[in-house]
Amino acid sequence: MTEVQHVDVKDYHQDIQTLFNEGYEMMVDLTAVDWFRKKEPRFEVVVNLLSLSKNKRKTIKVKVDDKTLTVPSITDIYPGANFYEREVFDMFGILFENHPELTRILMPDDWIGYPLRKDYGSGRIPVQFKNAPKVD
Amino acid sequence: MYSPDNIFTTTIDKAVRWSRTQSMWPVTFGLACCAIEMMAAGSAKYDLARYGMEVFRASPRQADLMIVAGRVSQKMAPVLRQVYDQMAEPKWVIAMGACSSTGGMFNNYALVQGVDHIVPVDVYVPGCPPGPQSLMHGILTLHDKIMAGEINR
Amino acid sequence: MVKNKENSEDLEFWATNSEEGGWKIDSTDEGSQKMSEEESEQQLKIQTGSDVVDDYFIDEETSEDERMIVNMGPQHPSTHGVLRLQVELEGEAVRRVKPIIGYLHTGMEKTGEELTYLQGPTNTTRMDYLSPFFNELVFSLTTEKLLDIEVPARAQTIRILMTELNRISSHLVALATGGMDIGALSMMIFGFRERELLLNFFEKTTGLRMNHNYIRPGGVAADLPDDWQKDIKEILKIIPEKLKDYDEMLLDNPIWKGRLQNVGILTTQECLAYGITGPSLRASGYGWDLRKMQPYSGIEKYDFEVPVLQESDVFARWRIKVLEILESLKIVEQAMNNMPKGPYKIQDKKVTPPPRKRLDESMEALIHHFKIYTEGFKVPEGEAYVAVESPRGELGCYIVSDGSSKPYRMHVRGPSFCNLQALPVVMADSPIADAVAAIASLDPVIGDVDR
Repeated sequence: MTEVQHVDVKDYHQDIQTLFNEGYEMMVDLTAVDWFRKKEPRFEVVVNLLSLSKNKRKTIKVKVDDKTLTVPSITDIYPGANFYEREVFDMFGILFENHPELTRILMPDDWIGYPLRKDYGSGRIPVQFKNAPKVD
Repeated sequence: MYSPDNIFTTTIDKAVRWSRTQSMWPVTFGLACCAIEMMAAGSAKYDLARYGMEVFRASPRQADLMIVAGRVSQKMAPVLRQVYDQMAEPKWVIAMGACSSTGGMFNNYALVQGVDHIVPVDVYVPGCPPGPQSLMHGILTLHDKIMAGEINR
Repeated sequence: MVKNKENSEDLEFWATNSEEGGWKIDSTDEGSQKMSEEESEQQLKIQTGSDVVDDYFIDEETSEDERMIVNMGPQHPSTHGVLRLQVELEGEAVRRVKPIIGYLHTGMEKTGEELTYLQGPTNTTRMDYLSPFFNELVFSLTTEKLLDIEVPARAQTIRILMTELNRISSHLVALATGGMDIGALSMMIFGFRERELLLNFFEKTTGLRMNHNYIRPGGVAADLPDDWQKDIKEILKIIPEKLKDYDEMLLDNPIWKGRLQNVGILTTQECLAYGITGPSLRASGYGWDLRKMQPYSGIEKYDFEVPVLQESDVFARWRIKVLEILESLKIVEQAMNNMPKGPYKIQDKKVTPPPRKRLDESMEALIHHFKIYTEGFKVPEGEAYVAVESPRGELGCYIVSDGSSKPYRMHVRGPSFCNLQALPVVMADSPIADAVAAIASLDPVIGDVDR
């Protein structure tokens, strides 16, 4: 049922617009995969579209350029992409052009690093917060 | 202030301790799964009102007990500490569930590995999530602790 | 007291309230509040409270000074967890809302990359803690799709049975907390009381009240307990009775209706734009249900309806949950009557560990068992996205496998995360008193939002 379509970063926004016009009304999911030291380029953004009228799903995959780490935002086509793009920015550090508010969504604003990258360890870390008196 | 060992005030000490245990109002600090069990403990079948503590206060100023129900993330940690600081003395903390006691199964970047990094904890309730009976047992343990402990905290 | 109005002496005595008599009632009109005769029927209705006029909104732009930003949460009793909202108020009207999330971020997607496929459901079940079975199911289905295996019929039916019971318990909590937020505190007591009935069955079957880790790749963890039909029959008998109680209490209740009807409108177009699925979409008049459209675990064999309402307000979103409980009960009944016999785990040595009995007899079986539980089974390279209809909408799981026994990337598409984006739309330009009703109607579970 699911078709996979690989698109280029340059055509990405245009292709999504075309698919929207074809009847894919809903953007269901937007996420990224980090192919650290496995594939080139490193990041891949995966978008899941759903057509309710045709009962079809479509997966769009975009390879992200390693140097710029930038993908055009699709919030102007699907407003629901807003949170998802912020999440991908928060977790992978991929920038989305023309996003209305590209800030961290899940982690605190002053967090350093992008947790879901493969080179980011997941182990135990000390408590990291400021402005609180020490517990005695 | 009087010493807890003062021979003349033992009876009044006992009365103070007893009154503290019998109307211990918790602050609503539901975070995750455990919050649902905390609500279940407060509702019909388990009925926390039997221990004089069904009044979950929305404001920390009116509460004596903080039940940290659920995992505490790095983003939530300062908020939790602030709520704790806003509570009036004397105050107690119950760490409900594995996540708030030790970090539980999520040993990763996002969670505070045990709420005792941030606030002093009196009673740890194990379980993932602890059932309402476990929570009640934790609360009764805290009552025992108050009855046996010092009056000045 | 005046018994006879014609008797002027009585009237005078009452008006002066003393035995000597002071001023007479016709000597002055001070203190006598005569009802003005021009009052229309409409005004009287407003005064008695049976009609509410929402005319206190000024459409004109006001200056920035009159706007006020109120911070709601993250520790707030009616935000359903640790949701924080920045609400921009203009008088009593909500103009803009900004949800700030992440206060329960647990890093589950990162943890999921470190757990084997067999351990995976332990992790995902803690995401949406009100519907744990669905999270386990979607993870297991995705893994099974990657493995290209089909679980036995009994396992499928058990899965459907448990998930539909879970849908009932989840909706009961939604009704309970929704009622509590709006002020119907009895509803909260009722909802949690009936939920205990279901949780008892879950505990009997899985060993835990929540976070079960029961549905696993390759089947389910254990068979149903003895006499399980008796428990289900009790549930099937009691829940509809109690739902009637709820309807008696709330369905024709003028306060409940006045509080919820025409509040928090979310149209189909907005739903599609923001990717909102589940009861909110169906309450706006679009009958989209993955159980019908893209069935999973053999749910297409069951006979049930998908309730659709047209009003698209908070009342409709409340009502549709009650109707869905009734439909789920139908599925549960059919699953109970048509439970096939046979194994509850796939008989594939690669995925399923040998049964406990064999461990005492065979050394190879012991090693095999040990290997599966420590190393896990290898899953072929590839990627899959599977979605199921959770009580809150489309719950999807996207797994990328690199051929090892742990997922290379595990992403869960939580419905609450998406549904929360609609909160600014639902809450905008409504009174602050309706804000809580709007939040409750979307039924966000913060564990699912932040993961």
